[in-house]
Amino acid sequence: MMFLNLRAGAIRLAVFAVMTSQMSAVHCEEVSVKIDNFTFEPAQLTVKVGTTVTWTNRDDIPHTVVSAGKFRSQALDTDDKYSFTFSSAGDYNYFCSLHPHMVGMIRVE
Amino acid sequence: MSDHDHNYDGDGISRRKVLECMTWAGTGVLWTIAGGVPRSLGIVGSAQAAEASAFTFLQISDSHVGFDKAANPHALATLEEAIGKIKTLPVKPSFMIHTGDITHLSKASEFDDAERIISQSRLDVHYVPGEHDFIDEEVKLYRERYGHGTKGAGWYSFDANGVHFIGLVNVVDLKAGGLGNLGVEQLAWLADDLKGRSNSQPIVVFAHIPLWTVYPAWGWGTDDGARALDLLKGFGSVTVLNGHIHQVMQKVEGNVTFHTARSTAFPQPAPGTAPSPGPMKVADDKLRSLLGTASIIFKPGEERLAIIDTPLQG
Repeated sequence: MMFLNLRAGAIRLAVFAVMTSQMSAVHCEEVSVKIDNFTFEPAQLTVKVGTTVTWTNRDDIPHTVVSAGKFRSQALDTDDKYSFTFSSAGDYNYFCSLHPHMVGMIRVE
Repeated sequence: MSDHDHNYDGDGISRRKVLECMTWAGTGVLWTIAGGVPRSLGIVGSAQAAEASAFTFLQISDSHVGFDKAANPHALATLEEAIGKIKTLPVKPSFMIHTGDITHLSKASEFDDAERIISQSRLDVHYVPGEHDFIDEEVKLYRERYGHGTKGAGWYSFDANGVHFIGLVNVVDLKAGGLGNLGVEQLAWLADDLKGRSNSQPIVVFAHIPLWTVYPAWGWGTDDGARALDLLKGFGSVTVLNGHIHQVMQKVEGNVTFHTARSTAFPQPAPGTAPSPGPMKVADDKLRSLLGTASIIFKPGEERLAIIDTPLQG
């Protein structure tokens, strides 16, 4: 019993060590943007490199999330989601290609 | 507006009258409600009253086949009702134009359903696309069905009964922060299409998004629409028919009449009266009074075409 417990403890420790080393290398944060009433909410967002942003369409009308040359979602129907992981720093302006007055920006630091 | 709203005035409309009709709404929207204009007898009476030399065509718009949300879970059924009413018209219209958003999500099944219902009208239908008709993955379904003989993203022109019809596409290549877009290629084509044409020939332009600026905060306008209108300046009679905003709105400027048609699927709020232009949920017994089609009557010698908007239910 004692031996087993020790072994389990050692494995736990090892797993923890692996996780912390990965986390120090990249940020695996997850951030959400809501699409509601023909607006991106929040419209401006600052995240760390490595962050995954997920857009969810809450409208009864399809929308897209498009950043020229960077990323482009399919048309998102109600409750559809689109995710993009930002692997390099910069300002990413984006818009809905169906309703271009809908604009947003992700600043990646 | 009750049963039928329209802008027809058999005596033509004076500039003063036009000005009287104009209404400034809150944030700088200039639009006219068909004030000072006789009430219609209804689509049936008007069609019968039309002279033999006149002709009528219909406008249908924003069918959004596939839409099933709260604002109207049965968009296909209300389209079918609209087509049913068209089939019972005592005087058969010459043809129909569809000003886009045939489907809600550009699915093949939605295009098929739309075709199945609309073809029951037994009328030729001239389509232009809405932004909802171009969202399939390969952006090909609209063009496969309706793009034959068109230029670019689907623009074209044709003549009928002496009137020149121009179908424009202002829903592609939209720019961030902008409105509807025609683009330089289409404008060059339009200039060429109009070249050498007699300016006494009546012109009807139809496109999905309003060509004039209705309400930019909601994207209701076309960035380079004014450039198209410049090209139409010399013509004595220009009628611009649009959809997209799911409500009747009208403006008269010089010899240009702008008009938007109702949807057959769901209503949208008047500019600025809601947080967004999204589908407007109304009481079930009110829905059909906000859906409908338009009938456009052309009489030779009349500067302005008569436009009669007929709801599914008065």
